[in-house]
Amino acid sequence: MKIRQILTTLAACWAAGPFAAVGEPYPSTYEPLPSGPVLIVNATLLTGTGTRLDNASMLIADGRIQAIADVAENIESGGVDIDSAQLIDAGGRWVTPGLIDVHSHLGVYASPNVKAHSDGNEATAPVTAQVWAEHSIWPQDPGFSRALAGGVTAMHILPGSANLIGGRGVTVKNVPSLSYQRMKFPGAPHSLKMACGENPKRVYGERMQTPSTRMGNVAGYRAEWIAAQKYILDWESYEKRVSEGDSDMDPDATPERDLKLETLAGVLQGEILVHMHCYRADEMMTILDMAEEFGYRVSAFHHAVEAYKIAGELAEHGACGALWADWWGFKAEAYDGIQENIALVDRPEGGCAIVHSDSEEGIQRLNQEAAKAMTRGRRAGLDIPPERAIRWITSNAAKSLGIQEQTGTLEPGKMADVVIWNGDPFSVYAQADQVFVDGRLMYDRADPALQPVSDFELGQQPGASE
Amino acid sequence: MKRLIALPLFAAALSISADLSAEALFVNDATVYTMSSQAVLQGADILIRDGRIKAVGSELPAPVDATVIEARGRPVTPGFFAGITQLGLVEISLEASSVDSELAIEGLRPEFDVSSAYNPHSSAVPVTRIEGYSWTLSGPSRAGSIVAGQGRPVSLDGSYASFLGGPVLFIDIGADASEQSGQSRAAQWMLLDQALAEAGSEQQWIPQPLLTLAGRQAMNRYRTGGITVFDADRASDILQVIEFAGRHGMKAVIGGGAEAWMVADRLAEAGVPVLVDPLLNLPGDFDQLGARLDNAAILHAAGVTVAFTGGDMHNARRLRQLAGNAVAAGLPYEAGLAGLTSNPAVIFELGDYTGTLEAGGRADLVIWSGDPLEVTTVADQVVIDGNPIEMVSRQTLLRDRYLDADPSVPRAYIKP
Repeated sequence: MKIRQILTTLAACWAAGPFAAVGEPYPSTYEPLPSGPVLIVNATLLTGTGTRLDNASMLIADGRIQAIADVAENIESGGVDIDSAQLIDAGGRWVTPGLIDVHSHLGVYASPNVKAHSDGNEATAPVTAQVWAEHSIWPQDPGFSRALAGGVTAMHILPGSANLIGGRGVTVKNVPSLSYQRMKFPGAPHSLKMACGENPKRVYGERMQTPSTRMGNVAGYRAEWIAAQKYILDWESYEKRVSEGDSDMDPDATPERDLKLETLAGVLQGEILVHMHCYRADEMMTILDMAEEFGYRVSAFHHAVEAYKIAGELAEHGACGALWADWWGFKAEAYDGIQENIALVDRPEGGCAIVHSDSEEGIQRLNQEAAKAMTRGRRAGLDIPPERAIRWITSNAAKSLGIQEQTGTLEPGKMADVVIWNGDPFSVYAQADQVFVDGRLMYDRADPALQPVSDFELGQQPGASE
Repeated sequence: MKRLIALPLFAAALSISADLSAEALFVNDATVYTMSSQAVLQGADILIRDGRIKAVGSELPAPVDATVIEARGRPVTPGFFAGITQLGLVEISLEASSVDSELAIEGLRPEFDVSSAYNPHSSAVPVTRIEGYSWTLSGPSRAGSIVAGQGRPVSLDGSYASFLGGPVLFIDIGADASEQSGQSRAAQWMLLDQALAEAGSEQQWIPQPLLTLAGRQAMNRYRTGGITVFDADRASDILQVIEFAGRHGMKAVIGGGAEAWMVADRLAEAGVPVLVDPLLNLPGDFDQLGARLDNAAILHAAGVTVAFTGGDMHNARRLRQLAGNAVAAGLPYEAGLAGLTSNPAVIFELGDYTGTLEAGGRADLVIWSGDPLEVTTVADQVVIDGNPIEMVSRQTLLRDRYLDADPSVPRAYIKP
């Protein structure tokens, strides 16, 4: 009877995975640092919803955006004592949502790039859906503080692309911390990193293993989805017997828990979002058909230098393109890269373009990368004002990560993840003056006390004080 | 007089190809960044004939046979330097069959000169050129030896005979080269000392030599006037370069130089220029612990000649973005431009190519849509050797093929 109770509980919680009854493992313990109310006035707001508001005001309280108005007098305080709020006169400076990078390897390929820090690719088998990138994160990576100075308030940290299925990714808040659990974005769905094309077939082909071809890649994914389908069925039939009160049930008949299949089952059940490294248009079309075959969605294709060739198809499927502004040519599948890729993916109705970095340098300058892409789009005749382009590094990124209800735009109720720039952020000279995470000022360009330094860097910059 | 307007629209830029044969070119009403003692000239004209700048100034008369580019006040600069790259040596980095920049033969082979492999028809050449870059230092990539080999400054005009200056030697110092020197950077200096001793030796035959006879001859050039780029990041390594180059009479240039700012005064005193990657601000390895964004600014303030390099060949076109970041980090604006124009020309002793816009100089210039260091600016028209180049690359053709969202024919039939 006791066993049956446990099993019933398990069955009831199947939606969160077979063993979710014991609670989410490695849970987020992130807690925003305490903050007081802040009133920003006279700002040029790019809200991330496609809107630009000039001379606008925004009230932040309890870590959330409370209100936005054209002038300070029209702010609806919602019970917040505005007089007690810290007043920031932006003096026309630009204010945007905190930037979000959907493709980072900070912490898993940390600086310094020594062998001991190479924790991003479990390149020992083509499918390692059982590994979680978060278990590799070194929170002392100095790259986190540099990204913060670039206005990045959240990021998605992924395993590398050596494998067909590389493992789970994790979304974190960009706050200095001793553990990734204390950075983990509360409520963010898990993700699965998959990879198309050259990398997996090169890594395993050179070892005379499968996959060594693109057709081997696809056969490899499909075999895993079939195994995941069976895993789901095994559990469902088991739960059915439990719920029907099958008294003859042998406790040993409990299906064996499999970390790899658990992750893949999570994708097929719509709880884990697929982020797939894929360059070529034809391969993305194959992957979209495969998603159809097994009944899941691709949240975003990453890198996707040929996404512009199938922008309409991607929009139709609801798949975002997480893209670089101008990288190309380093391998054959990156040969057709063009600088208008982002703008063309953004063009169709429902198009979802994202500027991503995949780089500890690029993550510091997502605004500049977006500016280049915006410029190229305009030159090609597309109408892309800054309020549209900012979505590529804020709301669209949040959407692909499933955190759009919490962050990515400046709207009442959202987390107060906010950047005040020294001017137009779409400029090479733009600098983040202040960066707020959940309403707390975490970085201030003018105040060294508000510029975090990792343990690793402490005392490591000889002459820095000269 | 043929009137030609380089409009800020790619379609208009395409029409220029018809005028390539014009002997005289006249740029009307530009903001000219001369990068010379003339500084910046507002409302200035530039007269070009036979690939040379004949005059720069206000109210110049336009010759009747000249093709005229209406600059309408837009900035005009010398053609930019694309940094140290493998342009023309690499088509696709991961495809070994298309890579000629690396020598897989063991040992020190300074006689390895990549210039003979330079392919002006590489797709990366126009991709880079149309973004405002008229030349690069095309060199060997670092692999297999602390002496990577030799390269040459090369014009991106797409011609076969496009070398602008003499050969340059590349030496790699530090952590990333330690596997090639018995796992210690001390041995890098040991081996280089031995190599230079062999190069300068009168003896025909040397027992257990490091260098071949051709290698000795090649190395000797760099004891007697040739320029050597030492790729080094750590401050102590940079001081070793200064000492070593001084002892052997070598002309040293530092490439990379993440911690160069820490020894800025010593570099200035020794007259050693630095090619900076101004985005380095992370400890990529233990040689770069002191990397910081104002490296270029500090070096410049100390009197060091600073130019830029980015290390990425396919995306060398973003070097001006790197320069803009250096300016954002405190480098004076003019110095930011100089790091892409006159300074690299001076560093690599390009002779008639001066990286300036002055009468008598080579007519390599760019008409920009706005501030040349700004990420929202593009090159509207590039002129190399007096010729307005066709502003077309494989990438613009791909763009134009896919620009129509709903074409009536398969895209393979759209041939822009």
